[in-house]
Amino acid sequence: MTTRIDLLAAAPRLKVALKSRLFQPALQIVTLFGFTLAILTGIFGTPTGSRNFGIVFVWIVWWALLIIIIVPLLGRAWCMVCPIPAPGEWLQRRGIVRRTPGQLRSRHHRWPRRLKNMWLQILGFLTLASFSAIILTRPQITGWLLLGFVLAAVGLSLAYDNRVFCRYVCPVGGFIGLYSMMAPIELRTRDCKTCTDHRKKDCVTGNAQGYGCPWMVFPGKLQRNTYCGLCLECLKTCPKDNITLNLRPVGSDLFVMGEHRLDEAFKALIMLACALLYSVVLLGPWGWLKQWANMDTFAHWGLYVIAFWSVNLLLLPGIFGGAVSLSRRLARLQISFRQLFVDYAYALVPLGLAAWIAFSLSFVFVNGSYAVSIISDPFGWGWNLFGTANQPWTPILPGVVSFLQVGALMFGLLYALNTAYRIARHHVQDHQLALRAALPTMCFLVGITLSFLWLYLA
Amino acid sequence: MKNRLRRKLLYLAPFAVAAIVIFIPTANTQPPTIRHINLNATQFDYTPGRIEVNQGDEIILSLTSTDVVHGFYLDGYGIEQRLEPGITREVRFSAVQPGKFRYRCSVSCGPLHPFMIGELVVNSNLPFWRALGLLVSGIAGTLVYLWHFGGNEQ
Repeated sequence: MTTRIDLLAAAPRLKVALKSRLFQPALQIVTLFGFTLAILTGIFGTPTGSRNFGIVFVWIVWWALLIIIIVPLLGRAWCMVCPIPAPGEWLQRRGIVRRTPGQLRSRHHRWPRRLKNMWLQILGFLTLASFSAIILTRPQITGWLLLGFVLAAVGLSLAYDNRVFCRYVCPVGGFIGLYSMMAPIELRTRDCKTCTDHRKKDCVTGNAQGYGCPWMVFPGKLQRNTYCGLCLECLKTCPKDNITLNLRPVGSDLFVMGEHRLDEAFKALIMLACALLYSVVLLGPWGWLKQWANMDTFAHWGLYVIAFWSVNLLLLPGIFGGAVSLSRRLARLQISFRQLFVDYAYALVPLGLAAWIAFSLSFVFVNGSYAVSIISDPFGWGWNLFGTANQPWTPILPGVVSFLQVGALMFGLLYALNTAYRIARHHVQDHQLALRAALPTMCFLVGITLSFLWLYLA
Repeated sequence: MKNRLRRKLLYLAPFAVAAIVIFIPTANTQPPTIRHINLNATQFDYTPGRIEVNQGDEIILSLTSTDVVHGFYLDGYGIEQRLEPGITREVRFSAVQPGKFRYRCSVSCGPLHPFMIGELVVNSNLPFWRALGLLVSGIAGTLVYLWHFGGNEQ
């Protein structure tokens, strides 16, 4: 057991705040206000993206906060305050703050067993990513898309109990779950045995203090952050005071070998591929490629989508599969190819997160100043609410961005190399043989990192 | 004793290489020249999309736009120019800083405006080679660490 610091024992006031039923809804109301504004400005505001609150605050400000700060440091904390499932959840519960007695209000359908995984989220993410050049730059499309998310979440919460949308459908939730494994924060039980021995399982069924886990997780067996939305209902319902938030070593979840899954492995590959492809398409100097992604003709966009999906589902997994196969031969492992493929894919998680941070840094610093003027004129209608509407576009420290990118990639790579080795060590007792077994995956990781370095600096 | 010293040196080697890679001063070997470059902006790219010069070169950019009003902003050098269709603007500067610098549109010109980007590479592009050296020494250091200490884990 690696070192953990029980944050709630160390900070009792934090515990009181987090146990309050007001905590989550209060934050959700704030984010819901911003979200509603993003939908309204997207649909009714100026079509110029860089002058529209919907585009700048969703795709620059929120995205930067999410991928550079929230996910790496706080894991799924965004899911706790996310406004998208809030209206559906409140309808289900017939209340916002108080614990309403009785069952959740829904049709109580059962979510299909075959869809109890990340595949829908992967499909959703790839579909949205195929339209990314359009979604990221057209306020109306962004506005309707966000509204669509809310409606989908409400629709699913009327049909199914709990947060089915967040757990199985939300394309953003999929990658937040994946990268939350890197976070130095976790919600866990203090003592697993207490949960096992406790027969009532209030954290699953709910009680007067709170609802059963909306994420359909049994906290007693929680070993990773991936599917815990940090809603903290279990903290409220646990009669044994056995739930806490821990500070822990970064990336601890990657080594929970028994819970590695193929859908998550593909998610790790796809997220890495998308970061690479976005860096080529959106940040590269190839205007024709941007036009293709922007659907200048349907044929061009079709070719772009075929290439995009092929790289994501065939090329990169194919190269990675080759590395895994080589690893199997080098160490003469008796483990199945599928198992090795899945296990080694978790070494891509640190690099993937670092790659997304590096990609995001490149436009956040340069375009972040749009937010200053837009806060005064969110619709782009010529308002000047706070006197900052005429603030010119000013790139912030563009010369520093590449140094930060190198730092992020370097950390991601070195952590990924160590992860690959530790995963290999799980399969091979002899440490030098394990290092040899991990070498092909390490070469893959180095190759990907060099590609990013070439794109950003060469 | 000798072994211990050898091991210490082995562990220090990647850090020493990294320090050398970062701090070693280098001199530009290419004689500086004056370069005239025509750069045209259209929705949503520049032609040429990539320019390569040598450190110390005197650059004269003739900037034009052929469709709508665009802008030109050069990262790292802070040079900005507004480009109206049919009007040629000239920008002169000395490429003193090595590295890769993006030039980007600074006037909102349409949906893909934030991604209208070109690249100026000032050779020998020292930051890239330094980053590469740093990466290689980091990889070497990690492998050395795992090779020697990996056995103690688990």
